[in-house]
Amino acid sequence: MKNYRSMVLISNDPHSMVQGAQEIFDCIKTEVKKYQLEDEVSIAMASDISRMDIAPVVVVYPEAVVYGPMKIEDVPFLVEEHLYKGRVANRLQAPKKALSGPIAWLSAREGSLPAEQRIVLERAGVIDPESIDDYIIHDGYQALGKALGEMKPEDVIATLKNSGLRGRGGAGFPTGLKWSFVAGVKSDKKYVVCNADESEPGTFKDRLILEGDPHSIIEAMIIAGYAIGADEGYIYVRGEYELAQSRLKTAIQQAKEYGMLGKNIFGSAHSFELHVHAGAGAYVCGEETALLESIEGKRGEPRPRPPYPTTDGLWGKPTLINNVETLANVPAILRHGADWFKTFGTPSSPGTKVYTILGNVNKTGLVEVSMGITLREVISIYAKGMKSGATFKLAQTGGSSGSIIPASLQDTPMDYDSYAKAGVSLGSGALLICSEETCVIDLAKVLLQFFKFESCGKCNPCRIGNIRALQTLDRISEGLGTAQDIETLQSISKNLYEMSNCGLGQTAGAPLKDIINHFRAEVDAHIKLKVCPAGVCAMSGQSNLYK
Amino acid sequence: MTSQTEIAVSVTEAVQNALDYYEKKEEELIPILSKVNRELGFLPQEALEQISEKLKVPKSKVKSVASFYHMLSTKPLGRHVIKFCENAPCHVAGGGEIWSALKDATHLQAGETSPDGKWSLVTTSCLGLCAVGPVMVIDGDVYGNLTVDKVPEILGRYE
Repeated sequence: MKNYRSMVLISNDPHSMVQGAQEIFDCIKTEVKKYQLEDEVSIAMASDISRMDIAPVVVVYPEAVVYGPMKIEDVPFLVEEHLYKGRVANRLQAPKKALSGPIAWLSAREGSLPAEQRIVLERAGVIDPESIDDYIIHDGYQALGKALGEMKPEDVIATLKNSGLRGRGGAGFPTGLKWSFVAGVKSDKKYVVCNADESEPGTFKDRLILEGDPHSIIEAMIIAGYAIGADEGYIYVRGEYELAQSRLKTAIQQAKEYGMLGKNIFGSAHSFELHVHAGAGAYVCGEETALLESIEGKRGEPRPRPPYPTTDGLWGKPTLINNVETLANVPAILRHGADWFKTFGTPSSPGTKVYTILGNVNKTGLVEVSMGITLREVISIYAKGMKSGATFKLAQTGGSSGSIIPASLQDTPMDYDSYAKAGVSLGSGALLICSEETCVIDLAKVLLQFFKFESCGKCNPCRIGNIRALQTLDRISEGLGTAQDIETLQSISKNLYEMSNCGLGQTAGAPLKDIINHFRAEVDAHIKLKVCPAGVCAMSGQSNLYK
Repeated sequence: MTSQTEIAVSVTEAVQNALDYYEKKEEELIPILSKVNRELGFLPQEALEQISEKLKVPKSKVKSVASFYHMLSTKPLGRHVIKFCENAPCHVAGGGEIWSALKDATHLQAGETSPDGKWSLVTTSCLGLCAVGPVMVIDGDVYGNLTVDKVPEILGRYE
């Protein structure tokens, strides 16, 4: 990501556009060029940053000064004063009382750069991922030295518990607690497993960590082994991630040569061996017990739980399973301490989160920011607003197994507790931003098609439920829906949640529940009026799936 | 993805290569199957039987594992395999139109192989390339930011 000194956002909601937002945008561009500042100042249009009485709005970061209503004849003065001379153009500022309601957050970010806060991706893109020396120069393996040299295993776990780190795979389980469970089990053999089977649609954070900074995962796993008393570990990487696999293998080889892996690491009593296991294409293997089956060379079918992997995991031995992003936080926490980690994020969810931004926005990609920022901030600041002419309708968070959330929840802080309270899931951190051109029935169809394709077939609710739900949705999308269908979808969703064996089936019904809860009118339009309000569904009167 | 006509190694050789590369243990079954699948383009019955014999794992188990994972194929595929991502991020970015264009251009439905053995058209789950969706992969070459206009030109690159 290119670094800019300042960022300028111009509101592009319909009201601002009528008031000449486009002309103001063009004029700012020209003026900035006059002072040859185009490499220092980024200019973008963004929706959701305006209010009728002060439109069009111009926001200048990092100072977060809000100007409005902006007139074209004032633009040269604004650019000269603020962007060239670096002084706030006081007389053009929006009155403070106007900065309330849905745009209150604009001034709340005053003084903070709209930059990312990188902990897990700190080195990605900065170091050569195939050089262990580069990693060591950038504070690599310091945490391991500290853990083995200065800390007892229980100190490591206490630090993690104290830091409040929660699992980044989706469930948000406290990491320190999980480590202490495995550490507390007596066994001659224990394993550490890294879940790198990242298959959640829309998520590619783990791939970037593995490809950009493979040693951080290795370091974290050796530390985990020390803390829980395990001497062997597996990294389960999905088969499609070939570059990640080869980088990990190179990194493991280098770590062995440098004595970080093997017997008596750093002269301590701790020994650790690490393997890379490649998957072969199965979403369900991201479920931790299916993943264990797959490492053992079997079909990736989830095991019944309990017993949990913390006591009966890989080959029946106590096993610690953590997501890539979770592990990548561990070395930084040990290096800087738990208190440092808690300065980021919210009290209930400290630290940062990597989000992948997708959909109908101007800038798709990946950002790492503190926990607790809102969807509105992500869209307006990091995604540089909705695409021209598009309005934000809904977001699908956390990949297919996450939630469909309506625009009304865009000011909810994105942390585990706030989202749980709102009844939605943060999941893996994928943020699929959809405009009003997205039809909820069509979206649910795509999601259910995915679950149907990926269901392992072991338990009935999931194998049959997904197909039934898909058939019902298909009929609705073809204009053949009946009043009964809403009830059918609700009951399938409930049955999937209550009776499926694993997380895949349990979350498969979530989209059904979400669209009925949040977009009932649109679903009803399909069924009662035989109209697709977004104009996406075919409404042909024939269904291919329903026979 | 190796095309069928180019199979230089015999089934026996491919199986032997894989068994030499990995340890002859049941837990290595998936890597072994993956390697044979890469060399031969698919997993013929003969290969499954040989692997079963060498690893001392029941045939039924080898077959059940081979048919479970999406990256392993027990059926022969075309010379070029088009894998199209059909998940929500690519769909929202306009994937539906691309999928129709692909089906029209190849005259195939999902999972089919053309009679002349040139194309296989399959859908796949997320490839982790969502920022440049819609995405497809042909024989390991990734194509992102697809538009309907680009489809014929891209397919034209393959003989």
